[in-house]
Amino acid sequence: MAIYALKRLGVALLVALTVSLITFSMVYISGDPAITIAGEGARIEDIENIRKYYGFDRPIFIQYLDWLWQAIHGDLGRSYSLRVPVADVIFERLPTTMLLGACAITFGLALAIPLGVLAAVKPNSIFDRAALTIAVIGQAMPTFWFGLTLILVFGVMLRWLPITGQDSWWNFVMPAIALGYNVAPAVMRLTRAGMLEVLASDYIRTARAKGLRPMKVLFKHALRNAVIPVVALAAVQFGFMLGGSIVIETIFQINGLGYLAWESIQRKDLPMMQAIVLILSIIYVVITFLADMLNAFLDPRIRVT
Amino acid sequence: MAESTIARSTLARAGVQTAEEILAPSPGAMMRRRIFGHYGLMFGAFVLLVIIGMALFANVISPHDAYDQQLGRKLIPPIWHDSPKATWSHPLGTDHLGRDYLSRLYHGAQVSLLIGFSAMIISGLIGTVLGVLAGYFGGRVDMVVNFLITTRLSMPVILVALAVVSIIGSSLTVVIWVLGLLIWDRFAVVMRSATQQVRSLEFVTAAEALGCSHTRILLTEIAPNVMNHLIVVATLEMAHAILLEAALSFLGLGVQPPTPSWGLMISEAKGLMYFDPWLIAIPGVALFMLVLSINLVGDGLRDVTAPENRS
Repeated sequence: MAIYALKRLGVALLVALTVSLITFSMVYISGDPAITIAGEGARIEDIENIRKYYGFDRPIFIQYLDWLWQAIHGDLGRSYSLRVPVADVIFERLPTTMLLGACAITFGLALAIPLGVLAAVKPNSIFDRAALTIAVIGQAMPTFWFGLTLILVFGVMLRWLPITGQDSWWNFVMPAIALGYNVAPAVMRLTRAGMLEVLASDYIRTARAKGLRPMKVLFKHALRNAVIPVVALAAVQFGFMLGGSIVIETIFQINGLGYLAWESIQRKDLPMMQAIVLILSIIYVVITFLADMLNAFLDPRIRVT
Repeated sequence: MAESTIARSTLARAGVQTAEEILAPSPGAMMRRRIFGHYGLMFGAFVLLVIIGMALFANVISPHDAYDQQLGRKLIPPIWHDSPKATWSHPLGTDHLGRDYLSRLYHGAQVSLLIGFSAMIISGLIGTVLGVLAGYFGGRVDMVVNFLITTRLSMPVILVALAVVSIIGSSLTVVIWVLGLLIWDRFAVVMRSATQQVRSLEFVTAAEALGCSHTRILLTEIAPNVMNHLIVVATLEMAHAILLEAALSFLGLGVQPPTPSWGLMISEAKGLMYFDPWLIAIPGVALFMLVLSINLVGDGLRDVTAPENRS
């Protein structure tokens, strides 16, 4: 277990380092970041000043090391537009996005796991078909359009839920559904496949032969094992969700990291964009690492390889 | 039972076919039966063909110029609306600038399909090469490719795409390249495991024993046997690219106005949706149907080409 954990940690660190390099170079894809900041047609002296002020005149490698060194110490630079340290703003907004992500993944899992179990218990039944149909429809629905439709139906026509803002729990219902339904198809398919495999195994037959109640066999014996791969998938999906929340947060005007990202992209606030991409990637790396550890703990077979 | 089996094998050895064997459907006929018997695949293929037709003949079938603004005729509702303004001249109505919605819908299909297809080709090339090499050579190559996949997955797609597009400046080509360079991960993952499976089969070992070069084995032994996986991922990734383009355009950093893109049409209608919900419903349904049909075709192809269904 310790060796597996160390190996996995090494890979995670290397990934984080590579991501930081890519994120750093993002600023240079347009050529000269000073021109990007100053805008097209800026005066040469202005561009020259910006270059000096932000240190773009130094060798790129030195700039990267400097940026990385500061990032490790929690200094992600200063925002061009807000004129405050980037890290302060990000950590102020991050909890909102995490909360939205948590609500969304909870909704997604609460929808998908029961459907997956039901589909596996009665394969090829009407439940199975219904679950499959929901999965196919869910995969094809554009998130932003689904969000707008929810606003239209439940916010405007029925007036059940508030449309924008984040003052109460009710504000998070629609965004969580719009963001969370996306994970349901994959989780449902995985739960269904896992349950089908487990239900056909010997120990389930034994449990049934012992005369245990069907519900107990299903939930205590079967689901526990079938759900292990879902843990890893849910972690990955949670990471994707944090990135995807940019669409939902702009639609529902939730003041989270996604909305901040959209604002800074509009203002071409390079340090802010860099920092958000970096933070979300690091969060993904950490979450998947923890999920792998949890998985190895739950399923001893993984530790061997 | 045993006797008849023996009799049959004797006959087969003698090159004689039994009546059942002669009357049995050919593999091609079985394949056709599987394809045409698969409702999801048939429905998906039908819808997809209709949308491709819309895109190909957009210039011919559009009732109006998709770019022509007639401010005097703005926001005419579609014909199913019980409104005196609704007219057959604009079956799906007009947008906030008085442009014919149906014509814009047809031209939007061009944009979606063009971006989806091109981005899929680019990401498919990258992902397939990486995945096949990793699956075939294993060892260090596999480690490197796995590392690349993990790194790619840890970066949020929409955010990186938006940031890059905003820095370079948006255009159709930029969107295609950015998406193509970002979404190769699933190709790599699937092609890697498919190649690993084929790699361990006897005919590959036989080819190696015969002294075939790596190139030859990859092209003539591996490639044909992983092709069905490739086609399935390709369809699913095309749908993925189309959804991403729509999201980028919706956020204002994808296809730029006045080019009609379904994502952009929804974005333009966002402010008016409380009064005229059909403005977002029409392009939204079109987008949904396109992605649904591509996914159904992909899932259907997986079902009909899967070896376990060939009985």
